[in-house]
Amino acid sequence: MAATLTEKIIARACGRDAVKPGEIVTGRLDLLMMHDSGGPRRVASRLEKLGARVWDPDKVVVVSDHFVPAVDLESAQILALTRNWARAQGVRHYDMLGICHVVLQEHGHVRPGMFCVGGDSHSPSGGAFGAFMVGMGATDITGALVTGEVWVRVPTTTRIQLDGRLARGVSAKDVMLMLCGTLGMGNEGQVFEFGGAAVGALSMHERLTLCNMTAELGAVTGIVPPDATTVAALEATGQSFGVDLAAWQSDPDAGFGAVHRHDAATLAPQVAAPHSPANSRPVTDYEPIAIDQCYIGACTGAKLDDLRMAAEVLKGRKVATTTRLLIAPASAAMTNQAAAEGTLATLTAAGAILLPSGCGACAGMGAGMLGDSEVGISTTARNFKGRMGSTHSQVYLASPYAVAAAAVKGVICDPRELLEEWA
Amino acid sequence: MKLTGRAFVFGDRIDTDLLAPGPYMRQPLDVLAAHCLEAIDPGFAAEVRPGDIVVGGESFGVGSSREQAVQALAKLGVGAIIAKSFARIFYRNALNLGVPALVCPQLQAERGQRIEVQPIEGRVVNLDTGREYRCDPIPAQLMEIVTAGGLMPWLEQKLARERQA
Repeated sequence: MAATLTEKIIARACGRDAVKPGEIVTGRLDLLMMHDSGGPRRVASRLEKLGARVWDPDKVVVVSDHFVPAVDLESAQILALTRNWARAQGVRHYDMLGICHVVLQEHGHVRPGMFCVGGDSHSPSGGAFGAFMVGMGATDITGALVTGEVWVRVPTTTRIQLDGRLARGVSAKDVMLMLCGTLGMGNEGQVFEFGGAAVGALSMHERLTLCNMTAELGAVTGIVPPDATTVAALEATGQSFGVDLAAWQSDPDAGFGAVHRHDAATLAPQVAAPHSPANSRPVTDYEPIAIDQCYIGACTGAKLDDLRMAAEVLKGRKVATTTRLLIAPASAAMTNQAAAEGTLATLTAAGAILLPSGCGACAGMGAGMLGDSEVGISTTARNFKGRMGSTHSQVYLASPYAVAAAAVKGVICDPRELLEEWA
Repeated sequence: MKLTGRAFVFGDRIDTDLLAPGPYMRQPLDVLAAHCLEAIDPGFAAEVRPGDIVVGGESFGVGSSREQAVQALAKLGVGAIIAKSFARIFYRNALNLGVPALVCPQLQAERGQRIEVQPIEGRVVNLDTGREYRCDPIPAQLMEIVTAGGLMPWLEQKLARERQA
């Protein structure tokens, strides 16, 4: 029977030949990820109460990324609890090495065909590697830790077909903002599968951005069928993977709920106005709105490729005196790579201020919060009211190109104009 | 089970950051709960009484996986949440924590009206207008968790059965 990639993964995980959209089924987990905010801090006492143990410590990964580094006693206690619990349970713990969704893929934890959960709403990021990965809350995670199983309602697969190639100065972030603007945030019960020549041409970092922001579409998750780029990225983690590429693809005659076709070449940079990613419009629709703070951070917008995009715009330029540019690279390894190749020097020479790797101001937890009536532009995924600080602040969302361009001009502007000057 | 309370009515896409604001996420639950929904309704936390019912629009609870979005409402005494639709993770969190979350797209209610809810039966009545509504049924597979009072009691029962076996 013809099936989509997602249906194949779920069927395999629940030991069935096939599954149908809408069915509720229970699958065996290949990987469970949790972080310092929703992880040990919230599951340890529950497990103790149940008198239960982790079903398989080899399949559990803990990443401390939300309260890092500790800025007060509360965060220090949470980080210590996380560290001690991970040690006692014998599970892998990445302690202040970067944001969970990025750290997982840097270490090759997520691979094609896997059935995974994460204790974070941006867990769909794992779909970039051809896995089925969904986010859950802490009680759900507790249940999964005990049983090694999770129930899911099989989602309908919505195919996003991106033909052609993205233009210079346009990125995966713009694709996702455009989709949020056109499809809204209520796409419940769907998995977004990304394909077409434009997706094939994207790096793994860009594919992570695509899948990451299916959370903002309100989707179950996102997925990119694996290809040679996927395999190369897995092999670059220093391990050898036998990936059966042909097995983990959607059948051509599979039942898609909908297929949305877009010509990638005609897509313009997008900006989402406060207070929703669904308020996305082409940057050319915006007045030159003055910006107090430009933020490049988070799993959505501070991977090495994101830093390179910002550097492309900032090379030889300065941050305007009327604004400030904060950069929190998504991982320690990426900071190191950016330093080695010169990208970091380009950013700091322009006047960027470097922040620790972690969720930071994106989740309203770390350095870079906004005060009353301040206006920010950010490469992060969410601009909900009050998310990045004061409930009276305003946040615009955009790509690293557009945020860097705003840093140079001090106002919302089209990054393609700055890039053209360098062409 | 029958719950009765006053309606607190909100619009579409009430997100997790409105329900459980990030800046208070490392604080104890009672501190966090005092800031629940303050960005759009500064009086809510002080005004809501045990048993009151939150009525939302589409995609209620969209955003983060933070369970505190449900727990903040429960801490303030909210007895049930009724919405046109729920974000997937929020809905799971509510069922897991034993907080009734009902999908009832037809419900017409205004702030302060008295609402009666029968979560297991999936029945909602606006006592002030006299109109009765049917909710979308909770899937049979999940009813086990709901009737147990949430995922933790369900797990306790499951583990007890396994230890006896």
